[in-house]
Amino acid sequence: MGHGGGGALSAELVQHLFAPAFGGDVLAQMGDSAAVRLGGVRLAFSTDSYVVRPLFFPGGCIGDLAVNGTVNDLAMSGARAAYLSCGFILEEGVGMPVVARVAEAMGAAARAAGAEIATGDTKVVEAGHGDGVYINTAGIGIIPDGVDLRPQRVVPGDVVIVSGGIGLHGVAIMSVREGLEFGVDVESDCAALGGLVQSMLAVTPDLHVLRDPTRGGLAASLNEIAAASGTGVVIHERSVPVPEAVANACAILGLDPLYVANEGKLVAFVPREHAEAVLDAMRAHPLGRDAAVVGEAVEAHPGLVVARTALGGTRVVDLPIGEQLPRIC
Amino acid sequence: MKYIDEFQDPALARRLLDDIHATVTRPWALMEVCGGQTHTIIRHGIDQLLPEQVELIHGPGCPVCVTPLEVIDKALEIASRPDVIFCSFGDMLRVPGTGRDLFQVRSEGGDVRVVYSPLDALRVAQDNPQRQVVFFGIGFETTAPPNAMTVHQAKKLGIRNFSLLVSHVRVPPAIEAIMKSPSCRVQGFLAAGHVCSVMGVGEYPELAERHRVPVVVTGFEPLDILEGVRRAVRQLERGEHTVENAYARAVRPEGNPAALAMLEDVFEVTDRAWRGIGVIPDSGWRLSARYRDFDAEHRFSVSGIDTREPAECRSGEVLQGLLKPHECEAFGTLCTPRSPLGATMVSSEGACAAYYLYRRLELGTAPAAATTPLEASPVV
Repeated sequence: MGHGGGGALSAELVQHLFAPAFGGDVLAQMGDSAAVRLGGVRLAFSTDSYVVRPLFFPGGCIGDLAVNGTVNDLAMSGARAAYLSCGFILEEGVGMPVVARVAEAMGAAARAAGAEIATGDTKVVEAGHGDGVYINTAGIGIIPDGVDLRPQRVVPGDVVIVSGGIGLHGVAIMSVREGLEFGVDVESDCAALGGLVQSMLAVTPDLHVLRDPTRGGLAASLNEIAAASGTGVVIHERSVPVPEAVANACAILGLDPLYVANEGKLVAFVPREHAEAVLDAMRAHPLGRDAAVVGEAVEAHPGLVVARTALGGTRVVDLPIGEQLPRIC
Repeated sequence: MKYIDEFQDPALARRLLDDIHATVTRPWALMEVCGGQTHTIIRHGIDQLLPEQVELIHGPGCPVCVTPLEVIDKALEIASRPDVIFCSFGDMLRVPGTGRDLFQVRSEGGDVRVVYSPLDALRVAQDNPQRQVVFFGIGFETTAPPNAMTVHQAKKLGIRNFSLLVSHVRVPPAIEAIMKSPSCRVQGFLAAGHVCSVMGVGEYPELAERHRVPVVVTGFEPLDILEGVRRAVRQLERGEHTVENAYARAVRPEGNPAALAMLEDVFEVTDRAWRGIGVIPDSGWRLSARYRDFDAEHRFSVSGIDTREPAECRSGEVLQGLLKPHECEAFGTLCTPRSPLGATMVSSEGACAAYYLYRRLELGTAPAAATTPLEASPVV
């Protein structure tokens, strides 16, 4: 299971098994989406599969998650999603009303993101061989001229910005899946980030890299960028926006919010001279209202993410191995 | 919960640190007993901020780390049975037994479930009357009362398909064993606040007096740790050795009477083996005769297990404060959280894991980006 957790095990699977088998220069970019040139146009192309349990959770369902996830992967290349595909794998016995609710949520999410679900496929597996509904989505969008988002562009001095409070999706899922209550209702932050990205690019097309920190959380995204860029990253722990409900849930379970999944947040590495203007643009957008500078890229400790603690100490923020496990006491 | 921030206040921390710096005149070695405290110290970099003369030695207080290998192997054996649903807290799933862990049992088809409370496991038993449900009952004085209550409840409800695999341990006998060791360097203890919130502080005055060590009952937030260190150092500098409660917001001197009554009813004190340390007299609990039917070791035949501890693992010395994690030859090379030799590297509260996760910058071990080839991986 850990190999799907977005941590070190996932990275190993891709790096040592899939990449050698598939080959190809485009795959070697290892971005959230692939940037390809087709007929003189630069396209972003991405796919993702969704196996979330339960299918419906506070703040969303597997349907809008499947659309927003792929829209966001495209947005991390600077592209606005244009066309999406949708593959359903349904488990025998799942109710039609359930499928209908999921489909409606997908349609609404796609419309909100300005994209069209253009093609699809449905398969049904025997009862007991699925979790109700699995969805795969793929998407394409056009990358605007002058936009080149990839970790290799990160240089020491870049400012690290997070678009808002982290950990909401992971905690919302835990609250319903495990029957845990944390004193207040926590809703997933599931949202399409294409509009926010466009408003950032309107300030400067010279953003260096964007990532949406889904499974593995902010820690995994920062580690991927540090590893791929060969720079170090320093974050200031107290600057990272953590909603109170997330902080409480993590304190109870012994989890680190930096590792908890998000579905409507992004992390940006921005040239220092543009940071303030980008931050202002983000805060002017509803999905970036709580955007905050959380750190910077540094020359020291290349490939490593380090947190400065509230008390003034330092610690390494490692790539998570697999899923985080709640502790015993 | 809003108190979390208050107990991480940098200005207050600075004041406590200044006080400690002003008080210390010579080297002192303090042991924080609990793995949760170790985790806080390393995660927040508290050890980097203390005066050089104050050495924090990490104690044996990680329940995951000290659970004996043979008990883990018994858990693996029971969890592998097709008629069993094996329930555990999450952090036991990665602890290596002889050759595999509970995650691997699950990937091989075993029904291993993570629960957040032993009562969840009891509910699983009620929902699956045709199957045996076993809960992995490990931990210190903190987790023992709810586990005791669950067994008590199972008996009251007449639930026959529930049992507990017990490996509960008690802190004061471990402190006693550490102090008796000829190689012991510990001069003061930060006692685990949550243990004392259950048990009270009654067991400590005699220990403090006998070994002439200050014992400061300490909480788990950064300011708690600094206050604990401050009080322990103050006592040492004055030549005192009393028991102080620096965690009064959670610890009453008499402990929690309801929890104590439950422990008294369900468990009895027994000698217990600690992984990496050995048997410590009177340092554990087992189910008392009245509840023997609920003991998984009685219910399942788990003899004939070939238990083998990796020869290179020195976690026992780490747990006794004799060795810092990075001083072990296997640290960060043969032994990583990805392929741990011992439980101290895999448990979220383990000292080796804390050093590996948070201290690799100073220790100069390989950065996170280095991943291992898949051939070395277990099944996906």
